[in-house]
Amino acid sequence: MITNSVTDIVENSVTHSVAPSITHSVAPSALELAALLKAKKISVAEVLDHYFGAIEKTDPHLNSFLALAKESALAQAKIVQEKLNLNETLSSLAGVPIAIKDNISTQGIKTACASKMLDGYVPVYDASVVTKLKQAGMIVIGKLNMDEFAMGGSSETGIGGPVHNPWDLSRVAGGSSGGSAAAVAARLVPLALGSDTGGSIRQPCSFCGITGIKPTYGAVSRYGLIAYASSLDQIGPMGVNIDDCAALLKIISGPCEKDSTWVLDKPFDFKESQPNRLDGVKIGLPINYFADGIDKEVAESVLRAAKEFENAGATICEFEMPLLDYVIPTYYIIACAEASSNLSRYDGLKYGHLSKNANTLDEIYRLSRSEGFGIETKRRIMLGSFVLSSGYYEAYYQKALKARALLKKAYDQLFEQYNFIISPVAPTSAYRHGENITDPLKMYIADLYTVGANLAGLPAVSLPCGFDSEGLPLGFQLCGNAFKEADLIMASRVYQARTGHHLKKPEVDF
Amino acid sequence: MSKTAWETVIGLEVHAELLTGSKIFCSCATSFGDAPNTLVCPICSGMPGTLPKLNQSVVEYAIRLGLVLNCEITKNCKFDRKNYFYPDLPKAYQVSQLYSPICRNGYLEIETEAGQKIIRISEIHMEEDAGKLIHDKRDGTLMDFNRCGTPLLEIVTEPDFENEVEVLDFLEKMREILVYLNICDGKMQEGSLRCDINLSVKKEGAELGVRTEMKNLNSFKAVARAIGDEALRQTQILSRGGFIVQETRRWDDDNGLSYAMRSKENAQDYRYFPEPDLLPLNISEAWLSEIKKSLPELAHEKRSRYQNDHGITPKDTFALTEDKSLADLFDDVIKNGADPQESAHLICGEIKRLLNTAGLAPKELRIDAKKLAQLVNLVIKGEINRSAYKETVEAVFNFDVCPLEYIETKGLRMQNDDNLIKKAAAYVLEENPGAVSDYRSGKDKALGFLIGQTMKELKGTGNPGAVKKVLLDYFEA
Amino acid sequence: MKIDDKLLSYLEDLSCLTLTASEKSQLSDDFGKILEYMDILGGLDTIDVSEMSHPFPHVNAFRPDTVKESTSRELILKNAPHHNGEIIVAPPTYE
Repeated sequence: MITNSVTDIVENSVTHSVAPSITHSVAPSALELAALLKAKKISVAEVLDHYFGAIEKTDPHLNSFLALAKESALAQAKIVQEKLNLNETLSSLAGVPIAIKDNISTQGIKTACASKMLDGYVPVYDASVVTKLKQAGMIVIGKLNMDEFAMGGSSETGIGGPVHNPWDLSRVAGGSSGGSAAAVAARLVPLALGSDTGGSIRQPCSFCGITGIKPTYGAVSRYGLIAYASSLDQIGPMGVNIDDCAALLKIISGPCEKDSTWVLDKPFDFKESQPNRLDGVKIGLPINYFADGIDKEVAESVLRAAKEFENAGATICEFEMPLLDYVIPTYYIIACAEASSNLSRYDGLKYGHLSKNANTLDEIYRLSRSEGFGIETKRRIMLGSFVLSSGYYEAYYQKALKARALLKKAYDQLFEQYNFIISPVAPTSAYRHGENITDPLKMYIADLYTVGANLAGLPAVSLPCGFDSEGLPLGFQLCGNAFKEADLIMASRVYQARTGHHLKKPEVDF
Repeated sequence: MSKTAWETVIGLEVHAELLTGSKIFCSCATSFGDAPNTLVCPICSGMPGTLPKLNQSVVEYAIRLGLVLNCEITKNCKFDRKNYFYPDLPKAYQVSQLYSPICRNGYLEIETEAGQKIIRISEIHMEEDAGKLIHDKRDGTLMDFNRCGTPLLEIVTEPDFENEVEVLDFLEKMREILVYLNICDGKMQEGSLRCDINLSVKKEGAELGVRTEMKNLNSFKAVARAIGDEALRQTQILSRGGFIVQETRRWDDDNGLSYAMRSKENAQDYRYFPEPDLLPLNISEAWLSEIKKSLPELAHEKRSRYQNDHGITPKDTFALTEDKSLADLFDDVIKNGADPQESAHLICGEIKRLLNTAGLAPKELRIDAKKLAQLVNLVIKGEINRSAYKETVEAVFNFDVCPLEYIETKGLRMQNDDNLIKKAAAYVLEENPGAVSDYRSGKDKALGFLIGQTMKELKGTGNPGAVKKVLLDYFEA
Repeated sequence: MKIDDKLLSYLEDLSCLTLTASEKSQLSDDFGKILEYMDILGGLDTIDVSEMSHPFPHVNAFRPDTVKESTSRELILKNAPHHNGEIIVAPPTYE
């Protein structure tokens, strides 16, 4: 009945749906794939076959996957195929494979946050988002590499080894959702879930040339997301274009009675209709983001993106971002404080790594943790313990909470004037492996453009906007007001309809 | 040695386990004595990625207690994390309230020899209980998470107590309030009511001394012993010129002494910070007044109503309110139209005796208040006599019989028919000439014997007054 | 902010970690630099600013007091390295 191979289908679909500038390796977008599945031009099993094949062939070079879930994926595929055959409407992404960052709990599939500390841990429950994916008929195919416990910006710190950027294997994929970005960029999976605490979706998207959304805090349930910093963490979609990401965000933004901080009135429902222009839209451009420390090519690409919005009818308004000097300290104090508490539960007794060298209860705790956590995780746990400790709480943690309030207020005022804020995602394109890992402070400061959205709880998209002279992808960030995802997606569509940057794919014949 | 006397200064931290159906942050049942780790889910066992969701009843219970203890209710309160590593705490932090507890600045009045005294309550906060550890020399530390997440209220007093008598009166009153509010079963032995003691000693008029915290007090008796022992220990040290170390001590009730816990457990830096996984609370006026309206009548309120409205003796009012089940029964019985004083006698006397005989706790009492009310009315109206009353009460208690049917079947209705009584009396007088002559010769006791015999002849149904009158008439005739 | 050995060892205790000698020297250097950078916050005027611990001012996320079935004990114990089928076991230690 269904005989076409993915490549055949894709060849056909390319002719009418993909921009002509693309001539190399082909793969459909998630929505295109879902349409093919719905039309029964291809089966779910064939789709899985294709992607598992691609992973097998390509991922040894990228190291983006930590675990594959072939068996459960095939079982789920069978169920979904039956429903598709009966023309049951599951969702706009029914039958589409998806891979999940390793810090999102998947029942029966090991979930280790890329850490030795959680080595061998297999969750006995699904994260709320995973339940929603399954209900929507999506097929979970595996777990994606990341920085240990999502602490980092290079996906080099995990137990599974570094993720390689598909555009240049000698470079990092960004982080912490580096596995998600690399896998999607290399078309090893049409969509992925990442998590973003201080830029962990947006920065790897920028480094790998894909699209991602960091939703408003409280728009997507965190139940089952293994916490790094609870008041900042948010799960979001990563895909090859904004439409795929929007379709996925719609699915995962549904209600969750288990997460007290899920506060959406109702799940997102993004309109299909799409304007071509953005007349009347005001976009703020924080000029002090373009001062010291930013790569010239990155800066220029973002300014070109701003120009594109201007061409589409938007007004670009330059302004000075207030409190910029305080953003990184505020973020790291709060994130590390919460992390130090969130990561205290790992002791080797209930799950994960148990030291073989311990003789007393105290040693079980200390040795299991010391052997289980990597150096960056230890650094953040200890920093967090410090800023919460008696004598330092007021000067650091409490001060940071106040700075956060000031920053939030500043954003509120900015969004009275602007619909969006356009900015770089990271100061550079993807750097070489090992380049920044030895200088934690430098790594922290590189989060300057992304952490503001997390501190203020705001939604932000990361969109590809070209390539630098070394052929590495560049991205920019568009930040919106709280719960204004629909507006952000509309603006992103306008941008992607006018540009082809997101359509470029890396060669994967390594 | 100085002649000024040593004074003891005591403050309490009382922990009350709440009687909610489910735990504070998950839907597992709260219970006592279940098989290990059978009332556990990913949330209360601290599995990675799980999140808490607050049980609304916990907030309501806290507000109930706060209102009764004259506290200010914190309209905008929130939860904080208290961080420490211990195997009974699977998340390695306890969700509690440090920075803005739900209730503040209340008080409770206690009775002392010098009269009433106010004990200030600095705060009441909500928190989760930890699990239970079993330390076994062979197997090591065994971890049972059933109790993890059981809701607790911690009631913190100011250091207003001077001795164990005051502390015990406070605890007794607190226990009574918790039970009457139906928010805690108040059982110290089972650990549902726990108490830590902060104690220091000082010379009269001096500044507060260094205090110790005493834990592991499982009974009122242990509380009293521990206070006595610790006050003595501190006084002796200070009298010798030594100094008190601020530390946490553990009471060993078997040996009647306390010892300091490991220094590590003493030098704690809990790194409290606002719990990011829970939203703050906003307690509206409407909610507050709804809870105010729903507050049940408390023991002391019942006692004054019983005394003032129903003329019950102070002794009986205490006996009735000693256990809420008895007070509830009393209220039910009088609601069914029974005479209050007679009802109080019945419950404090016969019903308590029957409970004791049956080995039942008042809580386990299942008796139809309507039937008791009926019986009380029958005895008051003189339709049955005391012994028939007692017998029928026992039958109702044991077999839930219908009182009227029972009385009729057994022929227990009181005999007021003069002719029948006279007939029985005549027979008794004839059969007992000795007693008759004894009475005539001035031995008044003989009359009692004759009344008893006549009652017996009437199978216990005679009206004792009427029998006596018939016999006296005979002698005076 | 200088991180001396005493403070570092205190932070190890609070964090329940035992660092190797090389980790110690690396982290105390890092902490020194990071905290120096963070000290810039001290210059921010936060008088009359209240602390913000949640991004949005939502309140009262409650669940009703209803009991649901607990997870099977087998699943609760499944990931524990040592258990006896009923209870998680840590090796003997001194209390």
